[in-house]
Amino acid sequence: MTVRPRIRLPRSASAGDSIVVKTLINHDMESGQRRNSAGETIPRQIINRFTCEYNGVMVIDVALEPAISANPYMEFEALVPESGEFLFTWYDDNGEVYTATEAFEVS
Amino acid sequence: MLTRRDTIAIGIGASAAVLLPVTGAYALTTEEAITAYTGGADMAEGGVTITAPEIAENGNTVPISVEAPGATEIILIATGNPTPNVGRFTFGPGSGAPMVATRIRLGRTQDVMAIAKMEDGSFASTAVEVKVTIGGCGG
Amino acid sequence: MQHLKPAKSLALASACVAALWSGAAMADPDPTAELLIDGEIPITVRAPSDDGLTPYLPERYSGWLFRSAETRSLQADDFENPAMLAVEVGAELWETADGSAGQSCMDCHGDAEESMAGVRARMPHVNDNGELWSMENYINNCRTERMGAEEWRWSGDEMTSMTSFISLQSRGMPVAVQIDGPAAPYWEQGQEIYYTRFGQLELSCASCHEESYGLNIRADHLSQGQITGFPTYRLKNAGMVSIHNRFRGCIRDTRAETFAEGSEEFRALELYVASRGMGLDIEGVSVRP
Repeated sequence: MTVRPRIRLPRSASAGDSIVVKTLINHDMESGQRRNSAGETIPRQIINRFTCEYNGVMVIDVALEPAISANPYMEFEALVPESGEFLFTWYDDNGEVYTATEAFEVS
Repeated sequence: MLTRRDTIAIGIGASAAVLLPVTGAYALTTEEAITAYTGGADMAEGGVTITAPEIAENGNTVPISVEAPGATEIILIATGNPTPNVGRFTFGPGSGAPMVATRIRLGRTQDVMAIAKMEDGSFASTAVEVKVTIGGCGG
Repeated sequence: MQHLKPAKSLALASACVAALWSGAAMADPDPTAELLIDGEIPITVRAPSDDGLTPYLPERYSGWLFRSAETRSLQADDFENPAMLAVEVGAELWETADGSAGQSCMDCHGDAEESMAGVRARMPHVNDNGELWSMENYINNCRTERMGAEEWRWSGDEMTSMTSFISLQSRGMPVAVQIDGPAAPYWEQGQEIYYTRFGQLELSCASCHEESYGLNIRADHLSQGQITGFPTYRLKNAGMVSIHNRFRGCIRDTRAETFAEGSEEFRALELYVASRGMGLDIEGVSVRP
């Protein structure tokens, strides 16, 4: 299934505010600890890292373990000193990297 | 109406999938996970707040949030999971507050622990118990 | 209408309601909770009962009311509701051409917000040939007859994504299934299945969902078994669950051989169970443990 990130930012904020950022991405987060019906271990495949930057400044850098639920959800706060762009990056065990950008305007 | 006996029988019959096995080949103990992070340094009590349900309806998706004013990084440890580490959250200069909310997997009823690394390099921790119920209906 | 239910259950049902009202031992279901999605879309989760359809229920309750505050809140916010991931996949499938005819759903049906509004509320429905069809049958019929595409598996990812997307277009609309006329024999068949005890545990749908709702089955709160929330994102599966998949799980838990997803029996049961939710709103896509 196509991996598609979802991002939610508040509609507006003033320069210098701290805003709540919510992200969700569809991913099985296969833990590597489950077995299939034939009794074989299903190989681990998780998103192992997630980062959020705003205008090139790191907001949060997360190391994820298999104990993070499928379709990983992250909510955190970011400073928005000026208008700009969020960059979200998810790193998959299989080497793939998923990114999303989101412009944000302060008043 | 169901008698208690019926209810127990249904429970046994329901093939609830085991989320996480109780033992793992590469299991790190909780103690090891803590020491690996703190290097054995003392941890202050308090200053870290975990918000989690007292009872999780399903251990596969447990909403949890943690905040620690003055922290630069927080780790979450599920002390009763076969691999206790859950995640490490590092707050950069663009962070608005040292807090994060996510959803985690808990294999059974257990304490969930948060350790915060403070700006001065010291550590603080807290733990809350989350009861994980075993549903009656395997579906 | 014929009722196969012994009269004594009325008293039992009332006792169980009391248990729901005062219970809340394990999780914390709240029979007075109101579902307002994103602060602007109200969903009817309680509806009056009537002697015609549910003589043994004092009131009709969505399964949402039986869930913990945390699970309920996941459904009250479209961003936090993980079922919306499936809706987005479904929306993309809607616009994607497939099969030898090179057609997408949208090529015939246009904007789903208009063409699919209310469809979920009317399902299952007797088709032009007099057969009772679930939404999955209509979708697969379009695929094989009009698009020249392969059928989707009843509970496969594509199908549940599509049913999620289509169901969302009926969110907040009350159940509107037809149960008379050509639908009457199917409704009666469904009612008979509902009250038939299956499996080694000899449980009928009614044993749990009419006589015992509000009580715990191990650590789960038994709901009234309403299907207005389906397809639902089950936290346990971390994915979408179809109505028939849930039926199958229930019957299997009675330690019985179950009917197949898509079978005539399950379509009839779907109609009967849907009718027991008249007055409740379709929830589009719900979240359940």
